[in-house]
Amino acid sequence: MKENKLWKLFTSTFMLSAFTFGGGFVIVSLYNKKFVEELEWLEEEEMLDITAIAQSSPGPIPVNASVILGYRMAGILGSIVAILGTILPPFVIISLISVFYTQFKSNQIIAIALQVMRAGVAAVILDVVVDLGKHVLDTKNIVYIVVMLLAFIGTYFFNVGAMYIIFTCLAIGLVTVYLDLRKEKDNGTSVDSIR
Amino acid sequence: MGLLWTLFVSFIQVGLFSVGGGYAAIPLIQEQIVNTHQLMTMSEFTDLITIAEMTPGPISINSATFVGQRVYGTIGAIVCTIGAIIPAFIICLTLAYFYYKYKNFSGVQTVLGALRPAVVALIASAGASILVLALFNTDFTQATFSQFRWLEFGLFIAGFYILRKKKPSAVSVILGTGVIGTLLQVALNAM
Repeated sequence: MKENKLWKLFTSTFMLSAFTFGGGFVIVSLYNKKFVEELEWLEEEEMLDITAIAQSSPGPIPVNASVILGYRMAGILGSIVAILGTILPPFVIISLISVFYTQFKSNQIIAIALQVMRAGVAAVILDVVVDLGKHVLDTKNIVYIVVMLLAFIGTYFFNVGAMYIIFTCLAIGLVTVYLDLRKEKDNGTSVDSIR
Repeated sequence: MGLLWTLFVSFIQVGLFSVGGGYAAIPLIQEQIVNTHQLMTMSEFTDLITIAEMTPGPISINSATFVGQRVYGTIGAIVCTIGAIIPAFIICLTLAYFYYKYKNFSGVQTVLGALRPAVVALIASAGASILVLALFNTDFTQATFSQFRWLEFGLFIAGFYILRKKKPSAVSVILGTGVIGTLLQVALNAM
């Protein structure tokens, strides 16, 4: 059973990594579709938390996300398996291309395939975003909804770095915790009972 | 051996200091590989960036493999790649440990709750960039209607519709648009 899970972890990360064009957040939406929707290994919130951690740590987001995901599924061994799955496809592809790269760069068919595949990648991300966005709207929490809209406008239209967005929201979260604690204190609840 | 060690240490630094996604790694790699150690020329490095963008996988892993392969063959590629992921491995494993230990605490839940909508927005923003790139082959500041690509638009709508209706795997949709789109585009070019 455990080998089965490790194998599934390896094949899933391998396949997704082999088709991820265009940066870290693409693979995160593919992970969401695979591990939350198809395999039901994770809750959606957990996947978003993993993404936030992966984004704020040094190193490539897909590798970071697979380390955490692998750890969650099968401990350190799981991490290693997930990393291997994630880095083997680019490793093999780039190793081949490094030998033939002038031919690769000027090949017309490859250029066309890479351009049209973007449409498919965009469709997959939109599909995932529709589900994720719906769940944020369903919370009916006005702060969350405003944060989501502002974060989108900031990153997409004004090129604000993802790190700034994450740290701003971290600050918003910490302030909320502080306000909650003060409110409970005013209501006569002792702080110790909250801990 | 000295060269392998230099490669290894260079990519540990790339892995350690590239916070915030692929493009943050590019200047670091350039600094280490082109400027400091002169393992590659600037034009080779430009080719590397082009290829890294065209192929799947994170840019820092792609460049680790490419640089290693060209400087020291397959062993070089393995050493560089391991160097690039070691910092991520140690740091993320530590963070994962703490996350799973403390994630059910109410304060931690509140903070994570504020982060999640932002992550959704970041994913949406990446999706929007790729969609505009697919439809106009440039970013939104330079897009004009005359560049609009109807083929990609059709593939996108079809892909999205099938995803919502039938819930196929992501890989099959991406491969499907790749194969069908390439055939159609080649046929259109031939006409």
